Amino acid sequence: MLYREAGQFKSSYAADQAIFPIAQDRWAVWAFLAVAFLVVPFFVNDYWTNAILLPLLIYGMAALGLNILVGYCGQISLGTGGFMAVGAYASYKLMTSFPELNMIVVVLLSGGITAAVGVMFGLPSLRIKGFYLAVATLAAQFFLVWLFNKVGWFYNYSATGQINAPDRFLFGFQLTGASAQPWVKYLFCLTLLTVFALIAKNLVRGRIGRNWMAIRDMDIAAELIGVRPLMTKLSAFAVSSFYIGMAGSLLFAVYLGAVEVGESFGINVSFLVLFMVIIGGLGSIVGSFMGAAFLVLMPILLKNFMVDGLGLMPVTAKHVEILLMGLLIIFFLIVEPHGLARLWQITKEKLRMWPFPY
Amino acid sequence: MAIFIETVLSGLMAGVMYALVALGFVLIFKASGIFNFAQGVMCLFAALTFAGIMEKTSVPWPIAFVLTVAVMVGVAWAVERFVLRHLVNQEPIILFMATIGLAYVLEGVGDIIWGSDVKVINIGLPSGAVDVLLDNFDIYLDKLEVFAALIAAVLVGFLAVFFQKTRIGRALRAVADDHQAALSVGISLQTIWVIVWSVAGFVALVAGIMWGAKSGVQFSLSLIALKALPVLILGGFTSIPGAIVGGLIIGVGEKLAEIYVGPMVGGAIENWFAYMLALAFLLFRPQGLFGEKIIERV
Amino acid sequence: MKLKHLTAGLAALAIASPIAATTASAYELTIPSLVYRTGPYAPGGIPFANGYADYFKLIQERDGGINGATINFIECETAYNTQQGVECYENTKGQGQSKALIYQPLSTGITYQIIPKAAVDEIPIFTMGYGRTSAANGTVFPWIFNFPGTYWDAASGMVNYAAAIEGGADKLAGKTIALVYHNSAYGKEPIRTLEELSKKYGFKLEQLPVDHPGQEQKATWLQIRRMNPDWVLMWGWGVMNQVAVKEAASIRYPMDRFIGNWWAGSEQDVLPAGAGANGYLSATFHAPGASFPLHQEILETLYDKNMGAGERGRVGEVLYNRGLIAAVWTVEAIRKAMEIKGSNEIIGADVREGLEALDVTEERLAELGLPNFTYPVKITCAVHSDPGTVLIQQWDASGGVWKVVASGIEPDRDVIAPLIEEDSAAYAAENNITPRDCN
Repeated sequence: MLYREAGQFKSSYAADQAIFPIAQDRWAVWAFLAVAFLVVPFFVNDYWTNAILLPLLIYGMAALGLNILVGYCGQISLGTGGFMAVGAYASYKLMTSFPELNMIVVVLLSGGITAAVGVMFGLPSLRIKGFYLAVATLAAQFFLVWLFNKVGWFYNYSATGQINAPDRFLFGFQLTGASAQPWVKYLFCLTLLTVFALIAKNLVRGRIGRNWMAIRDMDIAAELIGVRPLMTKLSAFAVSSFYIGMAGSLLFAVYLGAVEVGESFGINVSFLVLFMVIIGGLGSIVGSFMGAAFLVLMPILLKNFMVDGLGLMPVTAKHVEILLMGLLIIFFLIVEPHGLARLWQITKEKLRMWPFPY
Repeated sequence: MAIFIETVLSGLMAGVMYALVALGFVLIFKASGIFNFAQGVMCLFAALTFAGIMEKTSVPWPIAFVLTVAVMVGVAWAVERFVLRHLVNQEPIILFMATIGLAYVLEGVGDIIWGSDVKVINIGLPSGAVDVLLDNFDIYLDKLEVFAALIAAVLVGFLAVFFQKTRIGRALRAVADDHQAALSVGISLQTIWVIVWSVAGFVALVAGIMWGAKSGVQFSLSLIALKALPVLILGGFTSIPGAIVGGLIIGVGEKLAEIYVGPMVGGAIENWFAYMLALAFLLFRPQGLFGEKIIERV
Repeated sequence: MKLKHLTAGLAALAIASPIAATTASAYELTIPSLVYRTGPYAPGGIPFANGYADYFKLIQERDGGINGATINFIECETAYNTQQGVECYENTKGQGQSKALIYQPLSTGITYQIIPKAAVDEIPIFTMGYGRTSAANGTVFPWIFNFPGTYWDAASGMVNYAAAIEGGADKLAGKTIALVYHNSAYGKEPIRTLEELSKKYGFKLEQLPVDHPGQEQKATWLQIRRMNPDWVLMWGWGVMNQVAVKEAASIRYPMDRFIGNWWAGSEQDVLPAGAGANGYLSATFHAPGASFPLHQEILETLYDKNMGAGERGRVGEVLYNRGLIAAVWTVEAIRKAMEIKGSNEIIGADVREGLEALDVTEERLAELGLPNFTYPVKITCAVHSDPGTVLIQQWDASGGVWKVVASGIEPDRDVIAPLIEEDSAAYAAENNITPRDCN
């Protein structure tokens, strides 16, 4: 009843092509953003930022990047962890070599460097497809992790190969380091994510996004109608790696502050981000965030519920949590194989009819 | 020269160990087009169940083995009944994701039932070096791996006979060729899937025992799947001989690289080298060495 | 729709739980325990966590707490994963009246993660024999404690043991020592010291990294067979240890020339290799076995009443004892802190004071039921790692027990001290820390 578009007329092409053509959607998004930007920062504490919000935002960014590659361009990649590592080590080198560099520039440059590396490892995609490509991208994953572990220059020859983010300030507020305020970190990541989600949304509904989707749906047919596979696939790798690199940079500099490449950017991260994309919904921006939310929040919810709510032993709770995560994944796939985003869409469709579905 | 021979031999043996794991992937992919992410966890789960039954009840190992096979058949049935049946005709990546869910479930169940401690498999498997070779030729070869190679040979022979000569085997191949055609001549997909997953479970058990004998049965066993993936793409997802040959190539290649190139660049290169090697092969044959040729039509 | 309600309810619980603290009348001491009882490193994490938990439980059951203050022991599962470790840290650090008093992360990754945070949150971190070696310098790392020995002490102690067996330090010249290490921050720790030592004694150091998880080490051991080193040292953890011991036995490497560090020398590491593991050596800093009065007390007070954290038969395992001694030192530090403050209402900062005044003598250990269990420890403001003395234990496969074969091995402090100085100075420079004055 509330969610009904009757009476909303579009009188210009611009209005017709808006991202949210329905007024209620627009209001909801504005309200959501207003809460996220204006209300939440006053309430966040260390726990909320470090344990929930930052991982959510950062993995949201990584999932968004991977979704561009997998969901929109159809190239399955398992190199996400390695590319995040590129972003992290790039920002470490930038932060330590140029201490005066603005953090926004650092993050963007890290994304750019990762994009270049991503294009390089994207070259085999011109010849290899499907799961073969997925496994081939693991070569990138293992090689990059090995490289950062082995070559001393990347970690400034520290004794153990760990990298630590030095303290950096943005507009006078401390952004990295242990004594940074939670709300600064949160707002920084949120702003970047919002801006780049908007850019992604516009990319995928423009010419370049349509090229990606043409390649995804059938690359030979796309080639015949004049889409250049080389440019299209490599641009998808570049854009996707740019996002993933930024996520890696934020993960290291803002969220964790100290990382070890094998542990923080190992193969399990690659899988985790791919799960987020599939669970959330392939080829959907909002799905990337839903997937990230599902896989970041659900374990914490389940853990807190079982340990504090039911009083289970932490270890039992962990085992049950692993089991439940598996069951939930299977359950959601059976209910809606196209991901949470599709579920959300169906809910909205139903809501438009409600309360008179016939 | 002895070093070179020794390296190649060890590489071949390691390759067989990888191939054992890769076999399970191939079986399921061949019959249902599913890239079964849970294969590694199935190895862990099977070996855990086997070791757990022996530890808790102290029955002789053949009985534990049979019981474990029964459990794996049960798993196969449950997978078909509760997962696959509801996801017929979905895209490969969705099915892949479902097997990830399955991996979580099996890991959780295994942990809850058997705990996370190291379990020792003590069924008198041979261990140590092959004495004849070491004493006379100064060539080192692990007995356990020779034994594993024999087992793998028997297993592949058994699978070949099963696929080529039996009625069920023919039905399996029919399903692999064309689902709908197979359905139309009266082959039950559901039964076939249960059988294939059971066989894959059996293979997982064998692989789990072989690897578990080296390191004890523990969570890390599920990570051997990562060593099987390059083997899989090198050999092709759909070919059993491919899995074996791919395993041998990867095994020898990575050992030679680690021993002759590794020291120059700081070592521990075998993990990524295996993937790079597979990638290099793929650039020439995108469907893997023995994979079916990919024909694309508009 | 139902699902939505459920998630909403769950969310509410999740929000409430970090804040919901139980308030009791007596002062409560919050002792979080970050454990990993699942995941690839669980076999090492479980016995340690059990030993750590059992001692606090014993103190609570037998004495009713520490000086009348009850213990609020919170276990949190990290699965050896840094991000889950951060969640656990943030979740537990503010709980209870006292807030978290001390952390024992038992993971190099999580340790590096919370080293900078500890100073801000004012909670001491006790990384017992692991983590960042240069944290031994208390002037730069006021909140980090890594007694009774660092990895560099261990490395040096292991080399000195080798020298003693060879018949003197001068005999090491021209020998080859191979280091098989976990290819991570943890495994790389000893390299710097071993390089210095190889210069000092003239032995050749060969480095052989093994990638996580280390299921397959054929190439590594073929290399060892080829270079035939006189000694093999190992920095391993998890499945890497079991496979390495098994491979070493397979290539017939003499096991009494193969020394693991103190995280590569527990029952779980050698059992899968069976009889082949007989004679394998490992460094340690405390005795193995359950023959001490404290163990009897734990068995009677806890396990007889079914209150133990683990299985009865596993009390006294190497890693169980390690968790136990970690808890013993922690409790001693808390007692010291109460003594200094003159009240039992202490917070994290007080525990740091207690740690810096910690002096656990042999008499005190005997009082606690652990006579001749480990070396006396004396911590000061500047020295956060003491004494660094190393024991060497050997696995007896037929009896299924570890036996101490050499004790009182002193590390080369003249080599290690400048290295600690150098590394901590580098950290201080990188993070704008002014070393505090300890005089």
